Amino acid sequence: MTTLTHLQRLEAESIHIFREVAATADNPVMLYSIGKDSSVLLHLAIKAFYPAPLPFPLLHVDTTWKFRDMIEFRDRRVAELGCRLIVHINEDGLKAGVNPITSGSRLHTDVMKTQGLKQALDRHKFDAAFGGARRDEEKSRAKERVFSLRSAEHRWDPKNQRPEPWNLYNTRKRPGESFRVFPISNWTENDVWDYIALENIPVVPLYFAAPRDVIARDGALIMRDDHRLVPRPGEVVERRMVRFRTLGCYPLTGAVESDATTLADIIAEMRASRSSEREGRIIDHDGAGSMEQKKQEGYF
Amino acid sequence: MSAALALDFPPRPAPAIDSRGAEATLLRLLTCGSVDDGKSTLIGRLLFDSHAVPDDQLAALGRDSKKFGTRKDHLDFALLVDGLAAEREQGITIDVAYRYFSTRRRSFIVADTPGHEQYTRNMATGASTADLAIILIDATKGVLPQTRRHSGIVSMLGVRHVVLAVNKMDLVRFDQAIYRRICDDYRDAVSSLGFTVVTPIPLCARDGDNIATRSDRMSWYGGPILLDHLETVQVEAALDSRPVFQFPVQWVNRPNADFRGYAGTIASGSVAPGDAVTILPGGQAGVVSRVVTADGDLDLAREGQAVTLTLAAERDVSRGDVIVTAGASLSATHGVTARLLWMAEQPMAEAGSYLIKLGTAVANASVARLRHAIDIHGFMPKPASSLAMNDIGVADLRFDRALVAAAYRDSRALGAFILIDRMTNQTVAMGMVESAAIQPDLNETAAGITSGAVIPLPRAPREAAGILSGLPRRRARAAWVHRLPGAAVLFVLAGLVTRDPILAGVVAVADALLRPAAVRAAAAVWPDMFGDSPGTA
Repeated sequence: MTTLTHLQRLEAESIHIFREVAATADNPVMLYSIGKDSSVLLHLAIKAFYPAPLPFPLLHVDTTWKFRDMIEFRDRRVAELGCRLIVHINEDGLKAGVNPITSGSRLHTDVMKTQGLKQALDRHKFDAAFGGARRDEEKSRAKERVFSLRSAEHRWDPKNQRPEPWNLYNTRKRPGESFRVFPISNWTENDVWDYIALENIPVVPLYFAAPRDVIARDGALIMRDDHRLVPRPGEVVERRMVRFRTLGCYPLTGAVESDATTLADIIAEMRASRSSEREGRIIDHDGAGSMEQKKQEGYF
Repeated sequence: MSAALALDFPPRPAPAIDSRGAEATLLRLLTCGSVDDGKSTLIGRLLFDSHAVPDDQLAALGRDSKKFGTRKDHLDFALLVDGLAAEREQGITIDVAYRYFSTRRRSFIVADTPGHEQYTRNMATGASTADLAIILIDATKGVLPQTRRHSGIVSMLGVRHVVLAVNKMDLVRFDQAIYRRICDDYRDAVSSLGFTVVTPIPLCARDGDNIATRSDRMSWYGGPILLDHLETVQVEAALDSRPVFQFPVQWVNRPNADFRGYAGTIASGSVAPGDAVTILPGGQAGVVSRVVTADGDLDLAREGQAVTLTLAAERDVSRGDVIVTAGASLSATHGVTARLLWMAEQPMAEAGSYLIKLGTAVANASVARLRHAIDIHGFMPKPASSLAMNDIGVADLRFDRALVAAAYRDSRALGAFILIDRMTNQTVAMGMVESAAIQPDLNETAAGITSGAVIPLPRAPREAAGILSGLPRRRARAAWVHRLPGAAVLFVLAGLVTRDPILAGVVAVADALLRPAAVRAAAAVWPDMFGDSPGTA
C-alpha cells in the first residue's frame, strides 16, 4: 500500500472541509474571485460533491475594476460548468465615485470589496462563505483557522477563535454569526500551480506572459487594461512581455516581466523566484500589520 | 543512530522539476520549546535554508531585525515566523501558527506552538495532526521539567517520532560530553512514553549548524542532520497493521432518485466494490457496489482518500454513521472513559452536559464522573473535582445516543473528539477515548491511583501505541469484552455460511480467544524501535 502524495493528501483534506460545510451550514456560498486560487477551489468543490451539482452558488464581489480577461473567463467558466453565479457590486460606492486611482487603494478596497462583500452576505443571508485564502500568503494568516467565526457584524476577533484539533471542526454558531471557511488553508503557491498542472485546471490567461501595455508607476508595472487609467505627465505606456502572479483590480496589481508562456514555464519560474506573490499587491504595503487590520474589519 | 537510519527511505531519483509536486510526500511536524530555546529561530532557519523565504520578505526581515530583533546586527530568523501584531510586541507566540516549506523529496507543514504551560492546549492542537515532533532543548540548560511536559503531551496525542534538537551548542563550546549527557537524560525522562524513534541532533540554529549543512564545528557527530532526517524519515509504518475499513459518513450525496452515495474520508483500511460492510451504530449489513470519485470509479480506495460509496441495496445511512468491514470488532457505545484536555477559560462543570463531536457524529454527552486529573509535569494522576483550562483528566462520559467509538490508540478517527459548550458554542475540550465503554470500577484505590499513570511499557509496538495507558489488567479485560460483539457477528456469519452451528461456535470462540495471541505474535515479529542510542554514531 503506497503512501498518498502530498497533493493527494491536500486534496482529500480540502474535500473533507467542503463536505463538512455542506452537511452543517444552512446557506453556504463560495466566494469566487476568478484567480488561480479560486480556480483550484472551484475544481475541488466539484470533486467534493460529484456526481451532484455544486450545492451552493458562487459569489463574485465585482469592484468594476477587474481585468477584462477576468470577467470574460468568469462568465465562460460558469457557463461551461453550469454553476449559479451571483455578481454583487457596491452601488453606493459606485455612485460615490470611489475608484482605485483617485480614491487610493485603501478606500477603494474597503468600500468596493470589504463593504461590498458584507452587503452581499447580508442580502442573501449566507451563513458560511468559502474563500481561497492560504496560510502561506502572509504572516498574519499563518494562524487563521479553517473555520473562521465572524460576528453578525462580520468582525474577526483574534481572541475568540476556536481551537481546531485533528479534523474536528466546530461548526456551531449563533443566529447572525457566520463562518469564513478556507479549504485550501494548507496549500502553498507551489502546491496550487502543481495541482493546476496535474489536474489541467483552466486559469485566466493573464497568468501567462504576453506582450501587454504597461505603465511604470510607484515601482510597479500597471497594465493599462482600459482607458480609465490615464498616464500621468511623464509616464509612458510601454509594450512589455509581462504576466501576473496574482489578480485583482488592475490599477492595483503589479505585473512582472516574464517569458513564461506555459504552465511548465510558470512553475519553473516560480521555483527559481526570489519574491513573494503578494509583492505585486499594493494593498498589502499600506502599513505594518495592515492585512491583520483589514481582516479584523471583515476583509476576507 | 542505527535505528533511525534503518528506517530511511532509499534515495529516490530526483524528479524533473515540473513534476516534483506530484511526487512529493507530506510530513506534518510540530515544534515544541519555549522562545528561549530558539524555537522560532530554528523554524525561521529551516524556511531560510530550504529557500522558502522570498527576497522581499528577507528585505523586510532585515528591517524588522533592526527594529525588533534581539541581535541588532544580524538577521533574526525568529521574526520570520512571528504572527499577530500583539504577539510581535510581546515577543512571544501565543497560538498555533502553520508554516510551509518544501524540498525535492517532501513538503512540510510545521505547527509552531508556544511552550509555556498556559498554552498546553495550543501544543496539543498542533500535535493532533503531527507525524513527528521536534523537541527543543537549550544545551546550556539541559533537560528541564518543560521538556518532559512537552514530550508527555506529544506522546499523549499519539506522535511516535521525535527529534531531540539540542540547540545552542555554540554556547557549550560544541562539547560532545554535554550533548551525550543531555541525550541520556532525555532517554531516561521519556523511556515510558513509547516513542518509536527518538533521533537526537546537536544544533546551532542561529548559524545553521546541522540544519541543512553538516557542521564542521561538531565533527564528532556522525548522525543525520535535521533537514535530511525530516526528508527521509518513514512515519507511516503502522499503516498496514490496521486493515479494518472504517468510514465515517460525512454527507449523503443524493442529487436525484437514481443516485444515493455516502461521502466521507476513509479513516483506516481500504475498500473495494463487492466488500461486505456493516453500518454502525445500526448494525445493518451491506455490500459496497461502487467507489465513486470525480476522476472515475475506483477499484480500490485506501486510508486518507475522500470518496463516495454506494451500496448494492438501499440502506438507511446518514451523517454520523460509520461504515466498517463486516465482522469488524467495532460497536456502538453509550459512554466512554476518556482523557480530556480542557481548553476553555470556563472550567469543566460538575456533571456538566456538552455536545460531543466524534468522527462525523454529534451527540449530547454528560460528565458522569471525573476520575482524576493528571499532573502534566510528572504525568501522574492527582485527585480533582474539576478541570480548568489546560488541565488534563480522565473522565467517564455518557451519551444520549449510541456512538461508534474506539480507543484512540487504535483509531484516531474514532477515538478523538471535541466537547462543545451548548451555550457559548466554544470548543471546551479535546478528548481521546481510552476505553470505548465506561470502565467498571475496580478496587478504587488501585484504579484511582494508577489509571492514566505512566507505566513503563513492555517494548512491543502494540503496547507502545498506548502511551499513557491504564492498568494492563483493566485493559486486558476491556479488550476481552470488546471482542465479544465481533465474535458474535462472526458466529452468525459463520453459521449462515456453513449452516453448522457447532462449527460456527468453534470459529467464534477461536476468534475471541486467539486474537490476542495473534497480536502478540505480530508484536514479537516487529521488535521495539526505541533502542536508539543517542550520540553514539
